Amino acid sequence: MRLLEIEDLSVSIGSKQVLKNFNLRINKGETHALFGPNGTGKTTLLNVIAGIPRYTVDGGRIVFKGQDVTRMSMDERARLGIGMAFQRPPAIRGLRLKDLIKIINPQADAQAILKKMDFEAFAERDVNRGFSGGEVKRSEMVQLLAQQPDFVMLDEPDSGVDLENIKLIGEAINALTQKDQRPSYRTKSGVIITHFGHILEYMKADRAHVMLGGSIVCSGNPGEILAQIKRSGYEGCAGCSTCPV
Amino acid sequence: MQHVSGIEDKAKAAHGKKAAYGTDVDLESFESDFKEHEAVKSAEDLPSEVKKAALDVGVKLDDESAGAYVQMDQTPVVASSMFEGVEIMDIAAALKKYDFLKDYYWKLVAPDADKYTADVAEAAPSGYFVRAKKGSKTVFPIKSCLYLGSTNFNQRVHNIVIAEEGSELHMITGCTTPTHVQRGLHLGISEFYIQKNAKVSFTMIHSWGKEVEVRPRTGIVMEEGASLSNNYILLKPVKTLQTFPTARLAGRGAVASFNSVIYSTMGNIDIGSNVILDAPETSAESISRVVSVGGDVIARGRMTGRVPGARAHLECVGLLLSDKGRIYSIPELDGQSRDLDMSHEAAVGRISEEELEYLMSRGLTSEQATSVIVRGFLDVEIKGLPEDLKQEIKNITQREDLKGAS
Repeated sequence: MRLLEIEDLSVSIGSKQVLKNFNLRINKGETHALFGPNGTGKTTLLNVIAGIPRYTVDGGRIVFKGQDVTRMSMDERARLGIGMAFQRPPAIRGLRLKDLIKIINPQADAQAILKKMDFEAFAERDVNRGFSGGEVKRSEMVQLLAQQPDFVMLDEPDSGVDLENIKLIGEAINALTQKDQRPSYRTKSGVIITHFGHILEYMKADRAHVMLGGSIVCSGNPGEILAQIKRSGYEGCAGCSTCPV
Repeated sequence: MQHVSGIEDKAKAAHGKKAAYGTDVDLESFESDFKEHEAVKSAEDLPSEVKKAALDVGVKLDDESAGAYVQMDQTPVVASSMFEGVEIMDIAAALKKYDFLKDYYWKLVAPDADKYTADVAEAAPSGYFVRAKKGSKTVFPIKSCLYLGSTNFNQRVHNIVIAEEGSELHMITGCTTPTHVQRGLHLGISEFYIQKNAKVSFTMIHSWGKEVEVRPRTGIVMEEGASLSNNYILLKPVKTLQTFPTARLAGRGAVASFNSVIYSTMGNIDIGSNVILDAPETSAESISRVVSVGGDVIARGRMTGRVPGARAHLECVGLLLSDKGRIYSIPELDGQSRDLDMSHEAAVGRISEEELEYLMSRGLTSEQATSVIVRGFLDVEIKGLPEDLKQEIKNITQREDLKGAS
């Protein structure tokens, strides 16, 4: 059953077109990985799904849980079940992480979430303020574990993270996408942008896509696609005719 | 001892002398005649209206404290110390009792500085005298409340604080009017003597009415090794307010820190601090945070470095959330010696879109996100305060009713 459907989406920033007739479908319980070189529109795609207003949707639509959310505000989308781990989130002065957890979800067990991410020492710190690259990623996961979105978007959750913490983040993603449950029981879905694929050793992705020039050029099994990229680079994917798009 | 000769003459000469900053207030339009209030035994016996108003400015009078001073209009109604090491008196009684006070009275603020100081100098003295005795250390703060309870009244206050050598003193002062008092004037002279190695924290919270005008005049002198944390919080509407406390770091190694938190909705607010670093190894910082949804705010900061090795930092940051508001930030650094380390940082702007979007992506509405960011912005980390006082300040600055653009 489909959760997210992106139909013929064209997006620009200023006069620059970033996504062109983009199509993607993610079913309930599925987690997809997005690969592709820098500047190919991966982050833009996630930002547009989240509803960040800097982008102009020139055509097409985003359907989530059967509703057209293309013109919906960010907070409405979040309340509908869309969550995002930002690549480089801002710091919020004077807002303690533990207080933000309570604001996001008053019912959340902040202590348990912080413990799960080995992040208890940061409970009293201002959100993301003075955090290292890896700490920022754990802060993002803590917030998402409180938010419990039905669809989670992860923009390079592994960049700048050491090995030990990559495992922790992978486990959190598995929890957010219910990988501990049987596939047919899963209702939560996700999409992850990763450059190195290292995190895929610790989390389960069901399907992967390669993006080039604002479109998907190849889709398939994450392991096979990653092996293909390692073998012949992203450009190799562009000419690959064996994968069904 | 009554008025020291010379003070009145100086004051007389300064009639009508406009202040350097701030809008001009017509003193004649306020009343000086007052009705005496009855003194009470302790803060607990105060009228509930006064206790409630004090609470609103963070002064819990029946809570643990080292002592209390409460003034209603012109009458000191409570002046009591619970701690041996601290003396609290009303200033008139103190001037009668201690001849030495003439060396402290009007020595840091000139009676002829402007028409407001002159007006206070000509009135019978009323205000507090607080002395932390040599080596005494208070854990709980001294709480004071200056209550302007009569409409159109000109409240004139003169305070003297002496922290003797090696003492530690924490004070919280709330200045407030009850809601039924719309119009009024508050003139407050404060002179602080922070002696060798003494440590003082002084927190002032103002909450006035929409037609109240306020002109505090403060002078501070700090001796060798002395430290001061001076905190000022104004979150409620006021018609006009102008203050520019001056601190002179006169002794080696003195350290001063000024923090102010302003939430402006209307009126004309002109605040700042003026610090003179006059001895080696002195350092000072001044941090002001202003949020405006209306009204004019001028945030000043002036640091003057006169000796080699002095260090000073100014930070004036403003969040302007409405077209109805104005924030005018004026940081000034005056270096008069070699080897100084003086810097400033000033920024006035709107709420960062990125921060707003970030919180909205977690499901907060735009209004909720704005309010969270504004409260975070006002949450200044103040060093050197006892924990309960920190919590009190936090409660005040984190009130739910502080919002974004109206």
